[in-house]
Amino acid sequence: MSSLTLLGILPLVGALLIAVIPAEQVLRVKQAALGTTILVAISAIMMWLNFDESNTAFQFVQSAEWIPSFGINYAVGVDGLSLVLILLAVLLTPIVVLAGWNESEGGRWSAKVFYILILVLETMMIGVFAATDVFLFYVFFEAMLIPVYFLIGGYGSGERAAAAVKFLLFSLFGGLLMLASIIGLYVISSKNGGATFDITELSQMHNYMSSTTQNLLFLGFFIAFAIKAPLWPLHTWLPDAAASGTPGTSVLLLGVLDKVGTFGMIRFCLSLFPDASKTFTPVIIVLAVISILYGAFLAIGARDIKRLIAYTSISHFGFITMGIFAMTTQGHSGAILYMFNHGFSTAALFIVAGWMIARRKSSTIADFGGLQRVTPVMAWSFFIAGMSSLALPGLSSFVSEFLVLVGTFTRYPVAAVLATFGIVLAALYILIPVQKALHGPTTPGNENLPDLNLREKFAVGPVLAIIIALGFYPAPLLNVINPVAAQVIESQGFTDPVPSESAGK
Amino acid sequence: MTFVTPVLNYAQLAPILIVLAGAVIGVLIEAFAPRAARHSSQLFISTFSLVTAFAALMTVRNQSSVDAAMGSVAFDGAAVLIQASILAISFLAIFLIADQENFTAMAAAVPGSEEERQSLQKDLRVTEVYPLTLFAVAGMLIFPIATDLITLFVALEILSLPLYLMAGLSRRRRLMSQESALKYFLLGAFSSAFFLFGIAYLYGYSGTITLSGIQESIVGGSGNDIFLLMGIAFLSIGLLFKVGAVPFHAWTPDVYQGAPTAITGFMAAATKIAAFGAILRIFYVGFANAEWQWKPALVVIAIITMVFGSVVAITQRDVKRMLAYSSIAHAGFLLAGVIALSKSGLDSSIFYLFAYGIATLGAFAVVTLVRDSAGEVTDLNRWSGLGKRSPLLALVFALYLLTFAGIPLTSGFIGKFSIFSAAYESGSTAILITGVLASAIAAFFYIRVIVLMFFKDPVEDGTSVVIPSALTTITIAVSATVTILLGVFPAPLLNFIETTAFFIR
Repeated sequence: MSSLTLLGILPLVGALLIAVIPAEQVLRVKQAALGTTILVAISAIMMWLNFDESNTAFQFVQSAEWIPSFGINYAVGVDGLSLVLILLAVLLTPIVVLAGWNESEGGRWSAKVFYILILVLETMMIGVFAATDVFLFYVFFEAMLIPVYFLIGGYGSGERAAAAVKFLLFSLFGGLLMLASIIGLYVISSKNGGATFDITELSQMHNYMSSTTQNLLFLGFFIAFAIKAPLWPLHTWLPDAAASGTPGTSVLLLGVLDKVGTFGMIRFCLSLFPDASKTFTPVIIVLAVISILYGAFLAIGARDIKRLIAYTSISHFGFITMGIFAMTTQGHSGAILYMFNHGFSTAALFIVAGWMIARRKSSTIADFGGLQRVTPVMAWSFFIAGMSSLALPGLSSFVSEFLVLVGTFTRYPVAAVLATFGIVLAALYILIPVQKALHGPTTPGNENLPDLNLREKFAVGPVLAIIIALGFYPAPLLNVINPVAAQVIESQGFTDPVPSESAGK
Repeated sequence: MTFVTPVLNYAQLAPILIVLAGAVIGVLIEAFAPRAARHSSQLFISTFSLVTAFAALMTVRNQSSVDAAMGSVAFDGAAVLIQASILAISFLAIFLIADQENFTAMAAAVPGSEEERQSLQKDLRVTEVYPLTLFAVAGMLIFPIATDLITLFVALEILSLPLYLMAGLSRRRRLMSQESALKYFLLGAFSSAFFLFGIAYLYGYSGTITLSGIQESIVGGSGNDIFLLMGIAFLSIGLLFKVGAVPFHAWTPDVYQGAPTAITGFMAAATKIAAFGAILRIFYVGFANAEWQWKPALVVIAIITMVFGSVVAITQRDVKRMLAYSSIAHAGFLLAGVIALSKSGLDSSIFYLFAYGIATLGAFAVVTLVRDSAGEVTDLNRWSGLGKRSPLLALVFALYLLTFAGIPLTSGFIGKFSIFSAAYESGSTAILITGVLASAIAAFFYIRVIVLMFFKDPVEDGTSVVIPSALTTITIAVSATVTILLGVFPAPLLNFIETTAFFIR
């Protein structure tokens, strides 16, 4: 059994452990959940250390027959792309558990159920990124909706049931379209050399498809992913879901689950349907630019702090998608790094916003004010997270956003220029809430808010540390990312355009 | 004309004969045994004969012949699989039927009459339902193996007549139950007439009533094609009526709602298997070479059925009616397997039938448990908050809904995947796309029920979940286990079906 499978099983073991703890011993349940997730994070870091950066093939592979009649295998393995995303998932989970120590209480069900759902979700997050069998990927892709659905609907706030249903229906719709495409792929593969779901073998199947078939199959996958990593106009479920979930759920939703969409675009759309990807690139770039600007405008107008963060994410996912479909090495490296960085900056924003909301019992930005004086540590944490979100140089997001823009400019200068306006707007949508909530006179009712306690400092500290560290020294991740980015671009038959001086000098 | 002594292969006919013998003994018990002893002895006879029949079937599972009964029935791999499914599901259904709460005290008493009041007061129990069930099961066992049209018609009537009666035996809301029985009977008689009419045309076309004879005539191509078309059309009407395909579905919601829930479960699961078993044999063996005559029409019917069932189910407010429309949608999905007209179509249909049958039975078993003082509560609004009252039961029901919706890791997903890929393999892109979209629509109403159960607060109106009897518990537990097992480890059954399922010609 490969260490990857063990990593995936570990959270499940923790879930079983929690299942046998009596529901009254809430503290014990939380300790077990935190212990398990930290253990998983450490194991994943160990795996990272053992990862061979120069090798672009899948590593830590394991393959076993699952449903031989359909050629379906339990096949897992990681390359640079999936390693980065698995790291993101398993690093964020313990932080979510620690940061949202009390958010499991006050839900429809006991805290025990909350942590079981979180741990089951962690297994599925690892599985969805590790799967190298398309069918196995689909199983995780769909099955992970269920725990999230119950996490939002059972423990969220406001119109949580409606938001959970909206989330589920959007995702199921996309998933079923993808299922149609998967069936199409399966049938094509079984007519051309035997039924298989192996991603490497399937990536040769485009040679056997007519361009119409390829376009249709591509769309099935792409729409599913564009719903997941919400791209305008398929984004409408996200603000509701993110605003209704607990802060912890929203961190996992925006930080990790939505990355399945952008991950899928690279892993499946590009590698399975290279020609169709090229056909649709112009359309997708346009949608990405619209997402960047539209998300930013909505964020500027948002009154609710959770919705604001959700809208900024739509803008950021626009950047990621643009980087992917720019088809340059820098664009790709930037997009993959962006996935990781966005996970952490959004997590920091959401976690701190969650504490602010819990203290103030309101999520309206106008209700805050003067927090810098009352709760300096919390205010500064929010400030740093916000600066990371607007990609201030020196913080992690800057590196990735810059790479995406450079990578896009060499091929699509107009799109890159338009997207740059997104950065200007980002300054607005972050600085306005910072000004309203942190500075200015203390709003009545805020005078006695407590500052962060030790647990909360321990939760947000590592996130901010990673944001700052990667801002100065992104190499550890880029070393893992660059080979895979170069490989994807090369397999698409692209070469990076050589930047040339302007002719009219 | 000389009389030829019929040569019967008793070993291969044993399952049918055992069930028929059990039914006859049941009738004798009704006639001679004292009232007090009837229930337990009937239950014993029914379960015993079903188990023995299953054992008898297993001893001949590797045999195949067309001579089991002078060419009237064919015994082959597909027959074994279908018959085994019917016996297994009937066995579980008997457990539900044994819960006498569902049935009227005296079927002959006029609703609201003095006689009815007295029968209720004396606490009488209807026990004729057991032999009726066994007769229906015997008909279902013959239906899918019949190879001449007369046997087919006789089997159809044997299975239908007891069902008409059983639909009218409900303990509560007797008028509605009797109305549904009458509706079922009249429409059923009507469709039988069409069926007979079709037989006459097919005889006129080919001069024979055996499926193989008809097939030879089609290959020979000497007959009058108009007769063939009329014959196929009329025969199909009779068959499509039984499975509840649009536009022959009108009886389904009323009968599902009016019949005692245990009978609805039995009918929904077992009849569908038997009828689809027969449809598969008729179209695969008899009409395979006339593909172009019936395929386009059947494709249209399948598409309409899927879409209609899914869309109309959305508006239902009664759980039994909702399950009825869901069964209509599933009839459409199953027709995809008939249209595929290939080995994989046959395999996937059999798998789908078994998986769907088990889950359906389980779902109706759950419905029997949600009651108030006046009997079962089927109004969906009153199911709200079921997850709070009875988490385990709600969870199991949610599992069945998820399998109907085709969420991965449930048997329904594997079924859907295999049947749609079989349809697409044979070139029906339209079926694949409509099927997937209809599944997305269907997911909406399944999930609405889950929302209702888990995310809404209970209404205080005396609705409660009764403690299930041991037998009902067995049915629910077995079907839930099978549903999950077939979703996670479908390989053994799929392999078995793949190696076993074939039609002898």
